[in-house]
Amino acid sequence: MDRRTPGGPPLTYLDHAASAPMRDEVVEAMAPFAARVFGHPSGHHRQARAARQALEDARDRVAELLEAAPREVVFTCGGTEADNLAVFGVLGAAVQRRPGDATVVVSSSVEHAAVLEACRAASARLHGVVHQRVGVDSHGVLDLSRLAQSLDDDVALVTVMLANNEVGTVQPLGDVVALTRSLAPQAVVHTDAVQAAPWLDVARAAPGVDLVSVSAHKLGGPKGAGALVVREGTELEALFVGGGQERERRAGTHDVAGAVGLATALAAVARERESESARVGALRDQLADGLLHAVPAVTEAADRKFVLPGHCHLCFAGVDREELVVLLDEAGICVSGGAACASGALEPSHVLAAMGVPAPIASGSIRFSLGHTTTADDVERALAVVPEAVARLRG
Amino acid sequence: MRVLVAMSGGVDSSVAAARLVAEGHEVVGATLKLWGGPQSSGCCSVADVDDARRVAQQLGIPHHVFNLTEDFERDVVDPYVVAHAEGRTPNPCIECNRHIKFERLLERARRLGFDRLATGHHAQVRERGGRFALLRGADAAKDQSYVLSMLGQSQLGAIVLPVGTMTKTQVRAEAASLGLRTAAKPDSQDVCFIHDGEGRDGFLSSRLELHGGEVVDDASGVPLGAVDAVELVTVGQRRGMPAGSTRRYAVAVDVRARRVRVADAARAVVDEVSLVPGTVTWVDRPLADGDEAVAQASAHGRPARCIVRVGGGGGGSGEPVAGTGEDRPVVVCRFHTPQRPVAPGQTLAFYDAADPDAVRGAGIVAGCRRLG
Repeated sequence: MDRRTPGGPPLTYLDHAASAPMRDEVVEAMAPFAARVFGHPSGHHRQARAARQALEDARDRVAELLEAAPREVVFTCGGTEADNLAVFGVLGAAVQRRPGDATVVVSSSVEHAAVLEACRAASARLHGVVHQRVGVDSHGVLDLSRLAQSLDDDVALVTVMLANNEVGTVQPLGDVVALTRSLAPQAVVHTDAVQAAPWLDVARAAPGVDLVSVSAHKLGGPKGAGALVVREGTELEALFVGGGQERERRAGTHDVAGAVGLATALAAVARERESESARVGALRDQLADGLLHAVPAVTEAADRKFVLPGHCHLCFAGVDREELVVLLDEAGICVSGGAACASGALEPSHVLAAMGVPAPIASGSIRFSLGHTTTADDVERALAVVPEAVARLRG
Repeated sequence: MRVLVAMSGGVDSSVAAARLVAEGHEVVGATLKLWGGPQSSGCCSVADVDDARRVAQQLGIPHHVFNLTEDFERDVVDPYVVAHAEGRTPNPCIECNRHIKFERLLERARRLGFDRLATGHHAQVRERGGRFALLRGADAAKDQSYVLSMLGQSQLGAIVLPVGTMTKTQVRAEAASLGLRTAAKPDSQDVCFIHDGEGRDGFLSSRLELHGGEVVDDASGVPLGAVDAVELVTVGQRRGMPAGSTRRYAVAVDVRARRVRVADAARAVVDEVSLVPGTVTWVDRPLADGDEAVAQASAHGRPARCIVRVGGGGGGSGEPVAGTGEDRPVVVCRFHTPQRPVAPGQTLAFYDAADPDAVRGAGIVAGCRRLG
């Protein structure tokens, strides 16, 4: 990406997994609904009808791209809300359906905080809810035999992300669904597809799941827009009640521009999926191989055959990730050192810990994530800057 | 210069950053997250990080948050707890400055290519012929030279203390005139990792097994009463000690024997404080045996004139050396007039006899000699 911060070094943005730059076509598609078409889509006049039409067009598109029925799409204000709606919605309904019984939610141990914290909070707030975590192997792939052991009639929800946000490992959702159907037939399956959606055809990669979370800004859409797909027949308690929007699954005035942005970004991704996966995957390989070659004592967190095309997660032994992020930032290279807590400080990674990565190695971990704006120049710049920065920090 | 400013979210470090920016330096702010537990105020609450970040934004400088919670736990909190278990009362702010701010953060600043590390401490570093002196802050009431008294030349040459020449009133006025959101923020109090609700005793009781003990008269050994937890008694403490015809002070805490010795004010006073060998550091030229000095035993304690005695062990100078300390010189501070007892674990700071604003060195108190 050839952009410059005023007076600074050229910008090399390698943090697409955190947020991808907005696509031009998305900005263009949203513009009318950020200004000219401002009506309340639940109203009864021409302004309202125009907004309503845009909203329902967006819903149709999202539904088609995710192979769902339009009525199964619930617009949310992003991935975190979609995950919370799935977890609290399913568990809340389950507790109401069978009060007094144990209600178990099973998740992987490497879920995004939006799922893990929702499960933790649900088990604290909802009577009888118990959260069980299933571990992963050294590549971050779910342990299916452990999953099988956790499944029984008490399980109401199984939630496993389609791809991990930190290391990019893709989970075998088909197997998760099959195991759940046979061992916990009462349970529904949710997948957080926020990271996977920019790269994978979600309907193919997660066949038969009941609930899917997506987020627009990972796709080159706006922040604050997302959706939860809820298969017909899935019992779901709303998080927000009020005006009855989204078939009483999510009250609140619609963010029409956000819905249009999500649909446009998702369509762009689907159109370019094959060519972009190949193009970006090749750049990622170039970056990973180049760094593995140029820098001593570097390890790749997971085998690339399990990993999304845009993810390159490396552990630089003997380097503090906080320091490497700062040095690279000063050189104009934007990367991530991991998830931050409320204060903005980096927290130890629960994902790497679950994968068995020793803490001293994990403390030198950096996620480079490539995406739709990444060019060969970006990779070249990273290859020119990173080895020197690592050498400097190692002293 | 490229300067990394440690920004706590308080007014002093906000103004320190603003002054460096105004002087034309390339300034970057950093806030340390040191503690994950609950706390009411101090160095690292989310609200304080927000304040630091907003001030940095206002000044137009980059701002980073560094997570040093593991180092803080290992080098400050754990030793604090262990010391109490052994009947000592350390100063955690000094240990944080020693290990975290002026070691880990300073090393980080160097690795990241900064020429200097700045903080908002009220103290002054002055260069004199290539050597660095550490002086009290211009505001006597806010002086923080005591909590920096363990710094040596290698650190002093690498730091700037931009508000050390200002009074607190001037700092606040400058913050207000710049419109900094921290201008009227109250000073932080007490130990940052202990919150108001639990207090020191509550914090320690959650991390230590506490033991009741007897309280005996120091001179006669006669039992006078009991305490619920010997670990929570600090030498010099009066609160909770059984009163006789006069007030009594704790003069010795023996955790192993579960015994606190007390004495009345007249017999509690001490004339000598000895320092733990190997913990003594000098700002520059070490004090020699027989040198006059001024000693201060707490952050805002009254300075007292003394003679320094240095004996035993090997050489008598230089930076501290980790290890047993057995081959290090024994440093003793002999007061001219009797002083209140100083708790083992506290830091004793030495100031120059002729220039009482200049820090000469510091060491951790091993024990006192009582006059009684």
